[in-house]
Amino acid sequence: MSRQRIPLVTELPLVIWLVLVWGALWQDFSPGNLVFGAIIAYAVVNFFYLPPVELTGRFNVLWVVPFLGRFLYRLVVASAEVFWLAVTRGPSLRSAVVAVQLRSRSDFLVTATGHAISLIPGSLVLEVDRSTSTLYLHCLHIRSDEDAEAIRRDVRATEVWLIRLMGSRTDLDALTAEEARR
Amino acid sequence: MVNDVIVSVLLVGGALMSLAAGIGLVRFPDLLSRMHAATKPQVLGLLLFLLALAVEFESWPLVPVLVLCWIFQLLTSPVSAHMVGRAGYRTRHLRRDLLTLDELDDVVARAAEGDPAGPDRTEATRREAGGGTA
Repeated sequence: MSRQRIPLVTELPLVIWLVLVWGALWQDFSPGNLVFGAIIAYAVVNFFYLPPVELTGRFNVLWVVPFLGRFLYRLVVASAEVFWLAVTRGPSLRSAVVAVQLRSRSDFLVTATGHAISLIPGSLVLEVDRSTSTLYLHCLHIRSDEDAEAIRRDVRATEVWLIRLMGSRTDLDALTAEEARR
Repeated sequence: MVNDVIVSVLLVGGALMSLAAGIGLVRFPDLLSRMHAATKPQVLGLLLFLLALAVEFESWPLVPVLVLCWIFQLLTSPVSAHMVGRAGYRTRHLRRDLLTLDELDDVVARAAEGDPAGPDRTEATRREAGGGTA
């Protein structure tokens, strides 16, 4: 097979994740079980080859709890909003397709942002333009340009949170510089 | 006793979220807005159900399994909504009269006019424009 060898360091997050899944499924985190899980995880990663996910190499643990808190709060708000719109508006609902240009050029961060915003400000990713990091979102209940602008601000705010949480060093520096200008 | 109250509140909350999804599916006018109803309240509803399970069983080894369930729901639900939404947009299964703004349409139109930068997309758009009206 003509495939390139991936160094173990790149595979390590995936192996650790698989070991955690293994432990969770057995409901047993004893050392013996984890070692056996690690052997199986290493075999799986090598036999069932996938291209490595390029992480950004940075992860700020301090931002996890605030991010999760904001995420859960916004998830409740978004769900209640969908419920309210379904009951009160229903068939007369007006939506829009909004383009949002993101700051980061990292595939990983664009994917993470796309995932997060699908769940929190009530939007749906229709199309991604990788070359310009532009997301095209379908959003409910957009009546005017101000509503669309609010969605753009919201999405870019979510991206800021994700950059602080796990963006690359360059993205973070760019963000700091941008905030210093303001 | 306190546990039972918490569990019942969580279960009723989760059921309400499923109800929200159901009402949304019936009442929303087109495919894309229905996808909203099918994703957001479901994720919250499942979270409430899983929390209820954790409180009810009071067993720590169960918690990682529940967390795992929710993580997979978080990972898969936006992806499936994206795939359905993308396919729906490309095959024209949407009602343009319900959109107040469509910024993707301009991009597609520009690509269809023969932008040499995107031959694949131009080709795909022409094909859909011809055959997507059925």
